[in-house]
Amino acid sequence: MSATSTSTRPRHELGPRDWLGRAFTVVVLGFFVLFFVVPILWLLIASGKSPHDLITTGPFAPGTLDDLTANWTALVQFQGGIVFRWLGNSAYYSLAALVITLLTTIPAGYALALGDFRGRKALLTTTLVVMLIPNTALVLPIFLELSAVNLIGTPLAAILPFSFYPFGVYLTYIYFSTSVPRDLLDAARMDGCGEVAVFRRIAIPLAFPVIALVGFFSFVANWNNFFLPFLTVPGRAAPVQVGLTELLSNVPAFNPTAAGVTAIQLPTLAVATLLSVTPVLLIFLFSQRFLVAGLTAGGTKE
Amino acid sequence: MTVSAVQRSPSDAAAGSSRGIRRRRPAGGRKSVAGQRSRVSYFFVSGYVLLAVAFGVFPTLYAVFIAFLDGDGRFSGLGNFAQVVGDFRFWPAVQHVGAFLLAWLVGLLALVTLLALLVHSLGRRWLSSSIRFVYYIPGALAGASSVVLWLFVLNPTVSPVSAVLHAFGFETFVQTVSPGNLPVVFAVIAFWTGAGGWIVVMYGALNSIPDEVLEAARMDGAGAVRTALHIQLPMLRKWISYMAVMSLASGAQLFVEPRVLSQASHAVVPADWSLNQLAYLYAFKQQDLNGSAAIAVILLVVSLALSTFFVIRGGLFERD
Repeated sequence: MSATSTSTRPRHELGPRDWLGRAFTVVVLGFFVLFFVVPILWLLIASGKSPHDLITTGPFAPGTLDDLTANWTALVQFQGGIVFRWLGNSAYYSLAALVITLLTTIPAGYALALGDFRGRKALLTTTLVVMLIPNTALVLPIFLELSAVNLIGTPLAAILPFSFYPFGVYLTYIYFSTSVPRDLLDAARMDGCGEVAVFRRIAIPLAFPVIALVGFFSFVANWNNFFLPFLTVPGRAAPVQVGLTELLSNVPAFNPTAAGVTAIQLPTLAVATLLSVTPVLLIFLFSQRFLVAGLTAGGTKE
Repeated sequence: MTVSAVQRSPSDAAAGSSRGIRRRRPAGGRKSVAGQRSRVSYFFVSGYVLLAVAFGVFPTLYAVFIAFLDGDGRFSGLGNFAQVVGDFRFWPAVQHVGAFLLAWLVGLLALVTLLALLVHSLGRRWLSSSIRFVYYIPGALAGASSVVLWLFVLNPTVSPVSAVLHAFGFETFVQTVSPGNLPVVFAVIAFWTGAGGWIVVMYGALNSIPDEVLEAARMDGAGAVRTALHIQLPMLRKWISYMAVMSLASGAQLFVEPRVLSQASHAVVPADWSLNQLAYLYAFKQQDLNGSAAIAVILLVVSLALSTFFVIRGGLFERD
């Protein structure tokens, strides 16, 4: 806001120092735009090249539709189209976990923010502490636990651990304690609403932004999770992130022993990489405005 | 937080009196309403608490428990810990992860702060929000996908930045991922996927600095650099330390990057480069679950100490 107002009515003429500052800003921001974007653009281009062209032509020389089709066919033929199975697994695990996450975190965040019960403070502190522990830290312990109850390899071995999402509880808690006035809920109670009805009819409709935010973060985190499913749902039950490394071990360029009928060429690997990130990338692109605003809301405190 | 406490008492009193009118049993009516409300609260948190116990508390306790057992299930004291710490691969892994953390944290803190300040200084809103979004996009490629993508970027024969790699004297993929480069290579990959999210968060924190404060600094003749050093940076301090703690805790867990690079480089990058890889080898190559649990517990204690310290001392989460 302040920046726009100063740019429309400059306080003084721009001196050489200001020009230097501007040039610095442009160069640094521009460099990092390239840094963040070039690998992704290159991936789009490389998906449409033949293995030979990938090495011989310039990195940004466009590919052809024929080569893209050939790469796609090679990917689909790998182990009888197992790539679709991986994608299906990813979708199943992420979406099922998303549903359980929403069903558990939204009421919990609500009760922590607006309820009054014994152990509330302890639960809140535990949530904060666990939220700050990186999820990879619990992967081996969870694997050991799941193998003790013979769940390894079943969908539940991915879905259930994915569903535990303390960060979502924290986001919901912040939202309810800052954006939903208690008086509003009390007014509904005075009108004779029971506690569950207050939650369903008043709190849930108000909480739509935070539900979307929690859903987004949970889905992205689960779709991209590698370490946990790598251990708990190996083989044909693997999601696409794990499948991608299976493909990688069949690329002769990286693994000379992999030459043979099942060999995967580099552009095919590029197509697979692109495919593995497409759902999340699409969600990113379509929720751009909402996301940047939501992240900011989650980031600023007061 | 004080505000909510203040808000709570009058509204509760009002609610109490209103219920007082409608209550059926004169004695103990308010108490039973409160009782019902806390019972409903228990119901609301129950699903989350179950998951937290099953996938937070219990696995932790279980890992601690078996870390103190030997292969036959007998109590072995600190035997497993002594064994893994004495393992010839343990200290190199600690050094690798330490070097990575150093490269990553320094780069992350300096660049994220700088970029957030620069993006925040832009006059045009659409430009600032587009740049933030562009920086954030690689976040969609976390996990194995980003590492596989970087396998291409680091391979001079196909890389879009092969000129840069050649300038550093790297002619082959194996040269790029030679052991000396690895901490920086992993730091660059982690920065590429993770920095954008932090820049958005920092930008939000910068936005919360009142315009009058910045305006006053400008009136006093402070330039952009001095404003940043004396006003914006002190206000960002909490968030910078939050980022540092989170990054330290998650960086110590490094697994997927060295794992994929090890697979792709035909073990030029060793399979036991990081601590979590070592824990993985213990569990799956040596069938030593107890030793694996011991490494997991060591890493968990580090994470837990960092996050507890931060929740208690950091002051970022004071709302209650």
